Amino acid sequence: MHEMSLAEGIRGIVEAAARDGGFSRVTRVVLEIGTLSAVEKDALRFCFDAVMRGTVGDGAAVDMIDLPGAGWCMQCGRSVPIAARFDACPACGSYQVQPTAGLEMRVRELEVE
Amino acid sequence: MCTVCGCGELQFRSVADGARAPSATVGWRPAAVTATEAPAADARLDFGSGPARSHAPGLSQGQMVRIEQDILGYNDRLASANRAWLAERGIFTLNLVSSPGSGKTTLLCRTIRALADECPVVVVEGDQQTEFDAERIRASGARALQINTGKGCHLDAEMVGRALPMLAPADDSLLLIENVGNLVCPAAFDLGEAHKVVILSVTEGEDKPLKYPDMFAAADLMLLNKVDLLPHLSFDVDKAEAFARRVNPALQIVRVSAITGEGFEQWLAWVRQGRERTAIGAARPADGARIAGG
Repeated sequence: MHEMSLAEGIRGIVEAAARDGGFSRVTRVVLEIGTLSAVEKDALRFCFDAVMRGTVGDGAAVDMIDLPGAGWCMQCGRSVPIAARFDACPACGSYQVQPTAGLEMRVRELEVE
Repeated sequence: MCTVCGCGELQFRSVADGARAPSATVGWRPAAVTATEAPAADARLDFGSGPARSHAPGLSQGQMVRIEQDILGYNDRLASANRAWLAERGIFTLNLVSSPGSGKTTLLCRTIRALADECPVVVVEGDQQTEFDAERIRASGARALQINTGKGCHLDAEMVGRALPMLAPADDSLLLIENVGNLVCPAAFDLGEAHKVVILSVTEGEDKPLKYPDMFAAADLMLLNKVDLLPHLSFDVDKAEAFARRVNPALQIVRVSAITGEGFEQWLAWVRQGRERTAIGAARPADGARIAGG
């Protein structure tokens, strides 16, 4: 989905951080991407390289940390791990599982010079 | 997939009705703009011509800096600004999302005609190209503004924020945003709406909610459209609804036909409830009114 827009969002955050912090170069961007966030990581990597050209982050490496999905089962009341939005509760088999983690799309940290 | 979508070729085409004073400037943020600034009929905004951001040079020395910022944070902040702008004016806003060809525009036209005597209805139309949909909407009696996203695959909060003052909806009106026909990308972009309404038509597969779960998860209401065609199809309605609720257990569902009007009473009742909650001076009980029997 819309990885180009996400990459532009990352660029905005990186540029604002560079401006505020007075960095001349960003050499690494560390992202946290939830398993349920439906981000295509290869596509995001491709878009990231493209939108960073000519900015403080030109040529920067990108690390993506996967954050596992979790949900709360409305039927059995347990917090359970899920790998997709429509996964059944591994404990009771119900599909009434409300995602509670794994939806994150965050810039966690930057390596700067 | 949107890996090919650059968001840099956006065009706005403004509403054609009414003798509004043209203006050379359009405000950047909705809150800063007055209704008198609505531009001429053929006005256009081009996002591709914006200045590149610049940045200050600074120190060297490698170090890690903790950032902790949501990638969509910028969009979400603009969406919050839109939401505040709309709330101030008592405008109830729906973001209509679906795949292309689900009957969104036909459904909108019928909705506009049905509500014409009750409240002003204004429409933001999102499409990659052409002004066809906005013309259809205007023909049904509502003011409409067409946003052409160029290669873009979804509307974002900034586009809608710029459209709002151009459209200048009256207080307590109903704003319907018809998003780009796409079951993937619009799910992630908050525009400042009260609810996303997803439209699934029975000429599509009943497994679409599982194939495109994010959109059905993001919506509060699903309209199952074209039910007048069910006798000619093998579409399993119960299965489709079960799939949708598997992705979103809280999803409300109404079966409608934009051609025959079936189910419209229930859909319009849902819209009226939302308007009542949103209107200026309305007592604001906790959100979450439900459709009777829905």
